[in-house]
Amino acid sequence: MPETLTPIISSRKVRGRVYVDRNRCKGCGFCIEFCPPKVLSFSASFNEHGYHSPELVRPEGCTGCDLCGLYCPDFAIFAVREPRPVPSAERGASET
Amino acid sequence: MSEAIGVQPVNPVEPFLRTERMPHIWCPGCGIGTTVNCFARALVSSKLPLDKVAVVSGIGCTGRVAGYVRLDSFHTTHGRAIPFATGLKLANPELTVVVYSGDGDLIAIGGNHFIHAARRNADIKVICVNNFIYGMTGGQVAPTTPTAALATTTPYGAFERPFNLPFLAESSGAVYVARWTAYHVRHIAHSMSEAFKKKGLCFIEIIAPCPTLYQRRNHFGDGLEAMRYYKQKSVVRNGANTRDVQIDLQGEIVVGKFVDIERPTLKQAMDLQLRQKLDLPPSNGGGSHELD
Repeated sequence: MPETLTPIISSRKVRGRVYVDRNRCKGCGFCIEFCPPKVLSFSASFNEHGYHSPELVRPEGCTGCDLCGLYCPDFAIFAVREPRPVPSAERGASET
Repeated sequence: MSEAIGVQPVNPVEPFLRTERMPHIWCPGCGIGTTVNCFARALVSSKLPLDKVAVVSGIGCTGRVAGYVRLDSFHTTHGRAIPFATGLKLANPELTVVVYSGDGDLIAIGGNHFIHAARRNADIKVICVNNFIYGMTGGQVAPTTPTAALATTTPYGAFERPFNLPFLAESSGAVYVARWTAYHVRHIAHSMSEAFKKKGLCFIEIIAPCPTLYQRRNHFGDGLEAMRYYKQKSVVRNGANTRDVQIDLQGEIVVGKFVDIERPTLKQAMDLQLRQKLDLPPSNGGGSHELD
């Protein structure tokens, strides 16, 4: 499971981070539709079951409210709030 | 909810799920998973010790919840979740007993158990996921199917009047009655944590989409379309008279917390009556002098 859990890390100003377990997703689109800042979109690629999972397209907009996590019927997505936006050093480390 | 960022944060609902059983059987766009998500969040916020929570389900799509939650759970025969849960609660009053099942299981096959558990005010929490149809058995008409809706057994449209579940629950004697749709995730989680704190039969109806059988047969689109409909056509009316909350086909859905009253539970009533008749000292509220 952990290897499919792909962190989608947003740019320096973000307050939230979205984690998607791509292969659990069944592509219902609830997270994309009901995301308050509308930062998610269907990815172009398929997951291993043939569904388009969501991806973060506007990372700077994510607030980490975790409403996507609350809506997801497949427990495939969740968001966490960054404690505080920390500049470059931390960002460089987490992007590896 | 926001965990400290570690190497790999885990989904906050993961500790509540039997992840080895994932992916679950629910169709893409089904709302049951969303309600389980809310349930997990309500357990987190209510801070209940998890070894004192038991989930009892009947048969059906929603009945599978008992098999997916990492809690003590029991998957009963069809419609018999409530009698099992009542017994469980009476035998072990420390438990928070949650009945998690669908409309067909709770209200059709188990309808008699439901009204009597409400009448007696058994201290159980009943979460009824209402998708207007029998899902697992192939989309037959249910006692909650709105009039004129198509089902496999009503190809010309249902002609029966459906149950108004909050009204049924209130008139049978439930002390807490709420209705939400799968769209109202935060409200569901809040209602569930309120119900966990309350003594007596708490009934929460959650309208959820059945994309495969109800939505598709009626040409109402997919699960997402159903969620959009809930968003547009639902009105929050807390404290509304439950007589007025009947659901018509694709009509307005009145949601909210309708009933929140106090009434002695089954065990309290039994305790009181027997103490009076048998000349026993009144209960001091603690557990030591309770009748068992």
